[in-house]
Amino acid sequence: MIRAIFHHPSGRIGGGIVLVYLVLAGLGALGLTPHDPLMQYRLDRLHPPGAAYWLGTDLFGRDIASRLMVGIGQSFFVAFLSVAAAASVGTVLGLTAAWVGRLWDGVVMRSMDVLLAFPAILLALLIVAIMGPGTWTSVLAIAFVYMPIFTRVVRGPALSLKTREFVDAARTFGSSTRYILTRHLLLNIVAPLTVQVTLALAWALLTEAGLSFLGLGTQPPAPSLGLMLSDSRNLMETAPWLMIAPGVTIMIGILGFNLLGDALRDILDPKTRGGRA
Amino acid sequence: MNLLTRRLATFPLVLIGVSSLVFFAIRLVPGDAITAMLGTEAGLLTDAQRAALQAYFGLDKPWIVQYGHWFWGLLRGDMGISVTYGKPVLTVILQRFPLTLELALLSMVIALLIGVPAGVFAATRNERAADLAVRIGAMIGQSTPSFVFGLLIIYVLSAGFGVLPVMGTFTPIWQDPLANLGQLILPAITLGAAFAASVTRIARSAMLDVLGEDYVRTARSRGAPARTVIWRHALPNALIPVVTLSGIEFGYLLGGAVIVEQIFALPGLGRMVLDAILQRDYALVQGAVLFVAFNFMIVNLLVDLAYFWLDPRIRAGGQ
Repeated sequence: MIRAIFHHPSGRIGGGIVLVYLVLAGLGALGLTPHDPLMQYRLDRLHPPGAAYWLGTDLFGRDIASRLMVGIGQSFFVAFLSVAAAASVGTVLGLTAAWVGRLWDGVVMRSMDVLLAFPAILLALLIVAIMGPGTWTSVLAIAFVYMPIFTRVVRGPALSLKTREFVDAARTFGSSTRYILTRHLLLNIVAPLTVQVTLALAWALLTEAGLSFLGLGTQPPAPSLGLMLSDSRNLMETAPWLMIAPGVTIMIGILGFNLLGDALRDILDPKTRGGRA
Repeated sequence: MNLLTRRLATFPLVLIGVSSLVFFAIRLVPGDAITAMLGTEAGLLTDAQRAALQAYFGLDKPWIVQYGHWFWGLLRGDMGISVTYGKPVLTVILQRFPLTLELALLSMVIALLIGVPAGVFAATRNERAADLAVRIGAMIGQSTPSFVFGLLIIYVLSAGFGVLPVMGTFTPIWQDPLANLGQLILPAITLGAAFAASVTRIARSAMLDVLGEDYVRTARSRGAPARTVIWRHALPNALIPVVTLSGIEFGYLLGGAVIVEQIFALPGLGRMVLDAILQRDYALVQGAVLFVAFNFMIVNLLVDLAYFWLDPRIRAGGQ
């Protein structure tokens, strides 16, 4: 699988980007940053990028490169956790809806229709309004937004797999429902699920950055990519690096997951040709 | 029951679901509504005053009664009073809506004008350098958040040309069309860019599918000129997924482009919702969220109708 990704041009670039970001986030989490991300070097405020500060410093004299490393970790934490939650809950709902059918299927799918009736950012804003801004709110909000998509992605194929002979055979041989659901249904849906997870990670990164840009995600002084970008607005002309560094970091991160998702789709489903709604 | 009837039948159900979700979600907000409404001044209220206010707003009744009351109000177009504006919620929403609608339309026009020709161009040069360039461009466009692109536009304009975009005001189109366009063009380009990237990708892939179909090959073998084959025979069918995508994106934009409105300081619907949340104006949040979800559902229904109308196979098959 990994070999296939690295043989695919988009997979190579996307996978490489994600790997580099993971390493940077890991170094940031271990405290192995060039400077302390919260330390204010008062004499070096708005220092342009150079040898001392690779990407310059902000208004408080904090090192941008170090803050970016920790910020990437923060964004990845929110993105991975929220997509993991959305994918697991969505998969359970989709599988059980397809398997049980009838009333449960109706209840689950109509509830997902209700959630899908909200534009994503609005649903996220509503959840932020209820829970107050913060990192965990972002996780929950993004998980809620993407859960219906996973439910749909799983339910469709599960419905058609349910009627296949090998499932009937397993039932006849007395396999438990849990065994059939996990071994026979879930394993056969892993391919579309993996593609969806990768693409959802790109959207989760975007939503996280958007929420923190609006001041509703990670709260200061903790570094966050969206907040750094938002803070750069008033100093754009005097210190453009404040805007360019987090902006490009967010963009390349999303690009990485999008490329990886495209590659996975090409590898796992050769029928499609790289276009997505 | 065919797809369309089923969609129409579930529409009221989903709407009731959406309105209940909004109503009960707002009631999950910590603190009571009176404190949320009056802020620090709520501390000055005596118990009797607080009880009187609760009775006045109907907050002393059980939730289900409150919901019935609110829903009955909704049916008559009464969404309550916004605390921050001191006006009916619907009036405040309708004041902000024209900007949001116009911005959404303008962005869609920009996206289609760029995306459809770019997608067709790339598909007709499949796997060649030009195709690759378009695909890379579209991939980058799709990965660039609107707030990054918007800030970049402002920076390039101010640093490179010494011009600052017009911000903070909004002139309705019927008052001064030129001033209106001047205020909306940059936000529309910002929103249109990512939208165009998605349109390009979907148009390209749909076009590639259609160009491989038998009827296109037949048209070609009968000697129809390449231009006719592409624009007359292939494009109309390739447009079906483009319509679906554009409809869904347009629906999203009708909810207000919160971040872009924030960057360009535009008084649209998205920023209003954000401000209402920050100021805890719950009647307004409740009304606006419902209004947006309703629009979104209507647009999605129209997309389904368009899909039904554009693709005779669905019409005939009923699926």
